[in-house]
Amino acid sequence: MTPVLRAQRLGKRYRRRWALSECTLDVPAGHVVGLVGPNGAGKSTLLNLATGMLTPTEGTIEVCGGPAGGSTQQLAKVGFVAQDTPVLAGLTVAEHLKLGAKLNPGWDDALARRRIEQLGLDPAQRAGKLSGGQRAQLALTLGIAKRPELLILDEPTAALDPLARREFNQALMEIVSEEGVSVILSSHHVADLERVCDYLIVLVSSQVRVSGEVDDLLAHHHRLVGPRRDVTTLPGDQLVVSESHTDRQTMLIVRTEAPILDPAWRVESVSLEDLVLAYMSLPAGAVPGPRPTLERVR
Amino acid sequence: MIEFYLNPGSGLSPYQQLVRQVRHALRLGLLQVGDQLPKVKDVATELAINPNTVLKAYRELEHTGLAAARPGVGTFVTGTLPGVAPLALGRLRRQLLGWVADAQRAGLDEESIEALVIATLRSAATEEIA
Amino acid sequence: MIWLTWRQFRVQAAAACALLAVVAATLLIAGPPLTGSQARLAEAANVVYLGGIVAVYVLPAVIGAFWGAPLVARELEAGTVRLVWNQSVTRSRWLDAKMGLTGLAAVLTTAVLTMAVTLWSDPIDAATRPNTIHAVSDEGSAPEVFAARITPWLFGARGIVPIGHALFAFVLGVAIGILLRRTVPAMAVTLAVFAVVQIATPALVRPYLIPAVRETVTITGSSIDRLGPDDDGVLELGVAGPRGAWILDNRTTVDAAGKEVTAPDWVMDCVPVPTTKPTPQAEVTTAQCFARLSDLGYRQRLTYQPADRFWTLQWRETGLFLLLSALLSALCFRWTKRRLP
Repeated sequence: MTPVLRAQRLGKRYRRRWALSECTLDVPAGHVVGLVGPNGAGKSTLLNLATGMLTPTEGTIEVCGGPAGGSTQQLAKVGFVAQDTPVLAGLTVAEHLKLGAKLNPGWDDALARRRIEQLGLDPAQRAGKLSGGQRAQLALTLGIAKRPELLILDEPTAALDPLARREFNQALMEIVSEEGVSVILSSHHVADLERVCDYLIVLVSSQVRVSGEVDDLLAHHHRLVGPRRDVTTLPGDQLVVSESHTDRQTMLIVRTEAPILDPAWRVESVSLEDLVLAYMSLPAGAVPGPRPTLERVR
Repeated sequence: MIEFYLNPGSGLSPYQQLVRQVRHALRLGLLQVGDQLPKVKDVATELAINPNTVLKAYRELEHTGLAAARPGVGTFVTGTLPGVAPLALGRLRRQLLGWVADAQRAGLDEESIEALVIATLRSAATEEIA
Repeated sequence: MIWLTWRQFRVQAAAACALLAVVAATLLIAGPPLTGSQARLAEAANVVYLGGIVAVYVLPAVIGAFWGAPLVARELEAGTVRLVWNQSVTRSRWLDAKMGLTGLAAVLTTAVLTMAVTLWSDPIDAATRPNTIHAVSDEGSAPEVFAARITPWLFGARGIVPIGHALFAFVLGVAIGILLRRTVPAMAVTLAVFAVVQIATPALVRPYLIPAVRETVTITGSSIDRLGPDDDGVLELGVAGPRGAWILDNRTTVDAAGKEVTAPDWVMDCVPVPTTKPTPQAEVTTAQCFARLSDLGYRQRLTYQPADRFWTLQWRETGLFLLLSALLSALCFRWTKRRLP
């Protein structure tokens, strides 16, 4: 199956600052991919490169088998809900649907109307008067009714209250179950991502720290607690993601596919949040172990 | 029909929680053979979780013979979990009470007892695998 | 795409129609100026005459600032480009529709306004043409002198040049909007740049669109147009050019050798002080005086664009602005594709 996103040594520079560098990714289709990382890590840059809003400074990016952005054909394959979910304030909800119908050859008007009805939106309402949650839902409707192969969402719930956020995630999951569309979603809400995503990419300081299927990531990361010891004495296949020491105790989060046999360790599972935070607090450039194995967990 | 919920503090992944809730419902008789489990789409929408998670839970239930999927219709309960006989339950409880008293005499407080039980359960499970 | 552009533009289009309706109504109510043997403009008609000129000058600037600058800048500012650019429509197609439709509206609005104003003012403009002999009014007062339509003040408010200006201002606004990405600064910069262009064109460009006619004429008492010391106290002498022409220079005096010189100071006394009533004797003196000047070899150099070049100049300047607009549009497309967002 064609990967929905394939990046090779992808980099984007604004003037002198690299917003993204050496990004190599291969995301298979059929997943809901969570993209996490601190602010300014390059999440939006990566997503904007994928939609063709930006052009790469170096490297290549392919989306659904074609070079990102540019042609009408490629644009039709990707739905994008941009950050802050922009809508045209002067147009009504119904006019947004008309816009979608006029500008997209594959527009599914029945789907769009059904969703608007479900949401209880008044078609005659001006988009500028909608609440944040309603606006996000309208943007999502525009993104999905063009029937894309991949739906990209850039922090769609960042500005929403908990209830609206929940409703948005519900709508998104309904769409995923019904349409089987692949999704890439960036967010700061790791708890949401834990529910919604089955694939995760952690992006820190413009570099991919880890990526892979959530189940694999959780199965291969462990928290080890035991008497104090030097991490260099660990077996070679155990990559230390985070470490903290007291006089007597050492606590590690390690990554390994092999079982941990050393009886000195108390081995505990890690939550997705622990895992994300561990990778996010890794100092820049201090990616443990050989990079290629870390970037592609299969 | 049962309704699922997720408890973020449980320490279990969402799919494990779904499996556990079905098993629990079977034990309590809330679900019986022939009952339909909620549709994947409905669970995913209601809980705002990935449909693959629901699928995975249902597949696990199928694997253990508790449920079966009828393509295009849904997933149905096909097995039961034996409830524990009340007699045996009473006997086990009495034995445990004696053990608890023993442990308290040995100076273990409630927390220590809990830790010991969990550790023992875990090592028993490991031995079983080995 | 055209539907969306029209939907976003319809309020402005309505405003343009309203403006044109108001102008048309005003001109109709004012009625044709200079009817019958009238040689002076009524006060109301004068207001309409001047107002028409100002309107035609201001419209391109308004189009540039209010239609051009916000066209892309507002969408960039509000982030709505990210919505539209992610429909299955390329950015070029998007900009095509937006600039095409709005640009066409700019051209049409300006064309209609200019035509209306030009038609209404035609009797007044005609009074300045060289071959028009105008009746002296009943009261015996001299006919009012109007600016010729080829002179800078009127040239930009007549004919087809305003259309070129409007299209240029519009594209300029779009380009500055794309570069600045902010609506209000883009509007301000557009206004400033366009004002500079409006001022620079008649001074630095228009006179050279066709090489001007250069003549050396004899200075006579009747052709004298200005005589007196300038601000620095140096004698300044000017002669009148052909009627209806755009005089570029009439103040250069040359001697027999063709060198630029200042006329001798005694010429000042050739013309009697204007307060005294001209007497036959004074006229004789004046004629003798200028004959002496002529005998000494002094001539006046006259540089001008004759009245009959009006349309040639109009076409050339319009063509120039259309060319500039095309170049700027090409840049807009390039920037939209490569530099945004």
